[in-house]
Order: sequence, then structure tokens, then C-alpha cells
Amino acid sequence: MDNHFDVIVIGAGAAGLTAGIYLSRAKVKTLILNEGAVGGQMVLTHEIANYPGIESISGYELARNMKLQAQKFGCAIKSNIKITSLDLDAELKKITVNNKDVYTSNAVIISTGGKSRMIGAIDENKFKGKGISYCATCDGDFFQDKEIIVVGGGNSALEEAVSLTKYASKVTVVHQFDHFQAFQHYVDEAKKNEKISFIMESKIIEFIGDEKLESVKIQHQATKEITEMKIDGVFIFIGYVPNTEQLEGIVELNEWREIVVDKNMKTNLNGVYAAGDSIQKRYRQVTTAVADGTIAALSAAEYINNLKKEIKEVENVF
Amino acid sequence: MLKTNLKHILSEKEHSEFINNNENVMICCGRMGPMCIPVYEVMEELEGEYKHVKFADMEFDSPDAKVIRNLPEARSFQGLPFTVYYKDGKVVKATSSIQSRDQVTAILDAQFGKS
Repeated sequence: MDNHFDVIVIGAGAAGLTAGIYLSRAKVKTLILNEGAVGGQMVLTHEIANYPGIESISGYELARNMKLQAQKFGCAIKSNIKITSLDLDAELKKITVNNKDVYTSNAVIISTGGKSRMIGAIDENKFKGKGISYCATCDGDFFQDKEIIVVGGGNSALEEAVSLTKYASKVTVVHQFDHFQAFQHYVDEAKKNEKISFIMESKIIEFIGDEKLESVKIQHQATKEITEMKIDGVFIFIGYVPNTEQLEGIVELNEWREIVVDKNMKTNLNGVYAAGDSIQKRYRQVTTAVADGTIAALSAAEYINNLKKEIKEVENVF
Repeated sequence: MLKTNLKHILSEKEHSEFINNNENVMICCGRMGPMCIPVYEVMEELEGEYKHVKFADMEFDSPDAKVIRNLPEARSFQGLPFTVYYKDGKVVKATSSIQSRDQVTAILDAQFGKS
């Protein structure tokens, strides 16, 4: 069967591509199915300067290198597909994609990653690219000498708020809590910057404008008071959510909808492993995703080998 | 020049010839940045499927990219890449910021017909 593989990896971010490299190099017939562009969140990183052995590389280049490395070892990769159904309970796993093709395998590694969290305010989608951005390095220069808001209170939000003062005349950080989650040095850096001011315990509830963003409505969380603020742009850095919507009721998820795995990256289902940003863990880095992918690949390879041994033993009996 | 496998449009003249000599055209004008790269990748994949559409990229910071940067359809854009769809040399649709495969194919199907 052309569509049968030893292992199918769902997702082609750092974890999935690493699993593909390890499995294919070990001659395990592997397919990576990917819903978006290859590279996942790694591609969204402008510069990676803490990947051991590589002084500095763009996320795009690292992803491209990983993809080519996996393909060189014989790993098949299908990207930009949409998975329509997952049957992972049985020994033979079945995955159906949008063109009705069905792929089967003996083991599956789920590495579906995460995506930027949206605020969920009125008209957020309408102004994406027309005043709302999720990438300071991409869109910062559109806001030269303009007034902008940065939403969030973590490391990314405060680091980007400082970096955006290179362009903007004024940066207002809007954060829903009364304290920051960021490391103290990011907080100190932001607080000592004269261009940055803070609106705490508040959320944007509506984006307003005609062709592009002109103002926002901000609600104070305690008093519920709503104020409208004229603004040229809003940059949103409020963390990531795991891409696990399709897995609900299929594999065990925790209260944050992250996949529950053991130390071998095994889920609650036999032959199903998970790795990367979609699993329960504290630190989400390219290096930790690579480590997860390695462990998941080795665990899946061992599972496949044991399965093949069992089949051989049964065949010998008869 | 952008590091993609798409055709690169390098000048205003080349842009004009490309949109006027081809019936259906999609040009993505951006940088090698996080929001642009996924769109180039989608376009590279769609080149094989949408034979009746010509795909190309253009470097946002090149002076000649003003033909896209200054389009009336892009005057409200504040996010890279600027992606422009042309039919018979005329702009029929333009988008700002990252777009998914589904969003791109929906526009291609609506403006130029299905693959």
C-alpha cells in the first residue's frame, strides 16, 4: 500500500521535522502531514541565536535545513493539507485528509504546535494587517512616529514594546493584570523607557476604524469602565495556544488543552506519541521541541520494532 | 532578491510586462520575514495546481516596488506582505499580512476560476 507508513507525524515544526529526521535515518517509513507551512512557529522567529552550535540563523533557514535533512533521509512531507478525520484508537491508525486520501500507519506522532493567541475583541480579524500586527520585526516600520499599543505582559510583549520605540513616538502597554509575567529585567527595561506608558488591569474589547484602525475601546477589568483611545496600531503578544482542537475526545488533554504525555512522549493511546509545543510542558523553545521530537521518534521506532517482532513470533508459531 | 523558488520581479518595467502579458497574476511583495515566508510557500505549492495563474514575488524594499507599495488598493495596508492579484493587467484584489492556503485559494478561485 502506497499510503501505508510505519509512522505518520502530524505537524512539521521543529518537533515534527526532528522526528522525521530520526525515523527516516533509522529506515522507518515516515510521512509528515502538515496543515500550514513547514517550520511552524520556528518560521515566525526572525533570528535564533541560542540554538547550540549555530551562532545565528533565521527561523526560516533552520526550518528549511531541517526539512531538507528529513527529505534527504527519505522522509515524505505533505504540507498545506487539512486533516478531516483521525482514527487513532485501533492498532492500524487512519488519517483522512481534505482530498479524501486516507493514510495508515502503525504509530503516530502528534506535533501540531501552537498558534498566536488572539484577543477575541470585536473586529480583530478585520484590522489584521491594517493596524493590528502580531510581528514587530515585520511591521514595526509602518508605524514610524506613530502612537501604538502593545498588548501583553510577558517577556515577548515587553521586549517588543521596547524594540518598537525605535519607530513609534509613543508605546502604551495594555495588560489585563495588575502585575507583569515577564522577567524583571524586561520590566525594568520597559519602565525606564520614556516613550512607554502602561495601562494595567485592562483589556481591548473593540477595534474601531474605517479602512484602517483608528481607535480602540479599552475596558478596566475591575471597574468595567470603558474608554476609547485614538491609536495608529496595535501589536499583540499574549502567548500561544496549542493546536489541539481536533484532538479533543481522541487523546487525553489537560485543562489547558495540552496533550498529556509520559517521559517517553507516549499519550494515553497505544502507538500514539506527541512532541513539541502542543504537549504539557513549561518551556517552549526550538531546542525543547527538538528534544521532544527525538524522544518521540525513538519511542515510536521501538514500538514499531516490538510490533514487527511480535508479528514474526506469531508467524513462526503457525 | 528574495530567496524563494518563485519568479522574481526586479523592476517596474518587468512588473508592467508581467501583469500585461499574462491574464491571471498573483504577486507577493514582501521580505524574508515571518509573515511573508508562509505566503511564498503557499504560492510555490499552488504554482503546480493553478496552471492558469502566474505567480511571482517582489522585494518590498526595492525602489521599483513602489508600483505595489503605492497602489490605491494598498493605501490602508500596514502589514507585510502586500499580495496583489491582477486580471488583464488590472488589480482585482489585494491583501495585507500573512494569508493561509485556504485564504489564497479562495481568492484565486473567485477571481480566476478553480484549478
